[in-house]
Amino acid sequence: MSDPPSAEALVHRHALVTRVTHWINLLAMLVLLASGLQIFNAHPALYWGDASVFAEPWAALQAKDLGGERVGVTKIGDITLQTTGLFGLSGAPQAQEARGFPAWATLPGYRDLASGRRWHFFFAWLFALNGLVYLAGNLVNGHFKRDLLPERDQLRPRHLLHEIADHARLRFPKGEEARRYNALQKLTYLAVIFVLLPAMVATGLSMSPGLNAAFPWLPDLFGGRQSARTLHFISAGLIVAFVVVHVLMVLVSGPINSLRSMITGRFAIRVGAQP
Amino acid sequence: MTVSRRLLLGATGLLLGACDRLSMSPGVQRGLATAEGLTRRAQRLVINRTALAQEFPEAQISPDFRANGSIGPSDPDYRALVKGGFGDWRLAIDGLVERPLSLSLAELRAQPSRTQITRHDCVEGWSSIGKWTGARLGPLLDRVGLKPEARFLVFHCADTLDPNATDGANKYYESIDLIDAYHPQTILAYAMNGQPLPVKYGAPCRVRVERQLGYKHAKYLMRIEAVADYAHLGRGKGGFWEDRGYEWYAGI
Repeated sequence: MSDPPSAEALVHRHALVTRVTHWINLLAMLVLLASGLQIFNAHPALYWGDASVFAEPWAALQAKDLGGERVGVTKIGDITLQTTGLFGLSGAPQAQEARGFPAWATLPGYRDLASGRRWHFFFAWLFALNGLVYLAGNLVNGHFKRDLLPERDQLRPRHLLHEIADHARLRFPKGEEARRYNALQKLTYLAVIFVLLPAMVATGLSMSPGLNAAFPWLPDLFGGRQSARTLHFISAGLIVAFVVVHVLMVLVSGPINSLRSMITGRFAIRVGAQP
Repeated sequence: MTVSRRLLLGATGLLLGACDRLSMSPGVQRGLATAEGLTRRAQRLVINRTALAQEFPEAQISPDFRANGSIGPSDPDYRALVKGGFGDWRLAIDGLVERPLSLSLAELRAQPSRTQITRHDCVEGWSSIGKWTGARLGPLLDRVGLKPEARFLVFHCADTLDPNATDGANKYYESIDLIDAYHPQTILAYAMNGQPLPVKYGAPCRVRVERQLGYKHAKYLMRIEAVADYAHLGRGKGGFWEDRGYEWYAGI
């Protein structure tokens, strides 16, 4: 930040359980994403329903011959895009290989489904247990009700429109109003914590043939196993989109202050300053 | 290219290289593999022993059921069986059993059977739905009488899937525990979609283990062996793909 605030107060923002689980979660999600793309690459096509109709994936990353030239192709619905170098076909110019996502995005970088699955399931356990600790800890300490549930005044249309306008201009509260999360922030966090991440777990478990026997309603809830696989992929994309915006917001609203608050728990606000 | 860009690319390269080195480290792989035991125990805990895999209506049968792994074994013994219409094929059930058995295809067809329309989930991510008819494995095991020390069933197959393996682990095989062996949907399938099982799907007989991934459903069955332990087979992990890094418990 350019100008240091004249009078700065450090408020206690994040509880220890939130800070510890936040960083474990970051590690787990990075591994889950990269190993998930490795698993996806074993069959880089997505379908709706219970089973795959191989001739008609709704989305696919393929390598094709186009007039004697190998090209990478991304197919989404009726749209087909050439994505050589990124999706469908990628690698060093002399050694391009047919693969859904490129080597730099997958764990491991080389093609190895077995290894990708090992990374994925180990870190899925870590992710789930860490998430349970986060939920339990913050239910006990009242974090969700106190800090994440929007207050009445925040939900008035006028207030929300004002917040949207402020976000669009990248203006964020620095004073008293910065003691609490803004409504957009609260609603986004609630959606990620209580909708997106649980959906990730539920769609993931829906792909397990073992659990399908115990809970056949689980894949049915999403429209079948292949639909669950598709929604697992889409949810992962939404989480990536959230993380991009989240990091962007941290960068523009004061990266040092935000990072410190997620490490030490202390967050600086300007006392007496206008929001 | 600016210095900072080079630094960034260099750092990224180092990170990616580190990830690959971690993936290739046997110690890391062993650590990651501990999750498999957790998954197996957790699933065994929440899944009733006899809970059935989902079954589907006829209308949902996949016209494009994918054939994977071996789809036309070139092993001479198997080719001879194909040529003879599997008239000479015998399925041995032996190992740790009281009364070893050898069944012809006609005898297998005469055993108590089950027909089920189930979804086949490949480890690669795709699914196909098919109708399977086969002899239930449970009654056959009662007939041969498992010895108390028998803990697993090993399926020995006719197909060589990795001719280049120099350690002798080139033939397909699989193993399951007795929970899955006695599961009502575990059948030795000799028919698919109402027709004799085609070669590419495992003729004359393959096992269906409906609550696990496709690679557990061994094709081209020749022999079922009851064992106390599978460490002496192949590379010791209980199956062709297990020997190549895949989970023995493929319920996920």
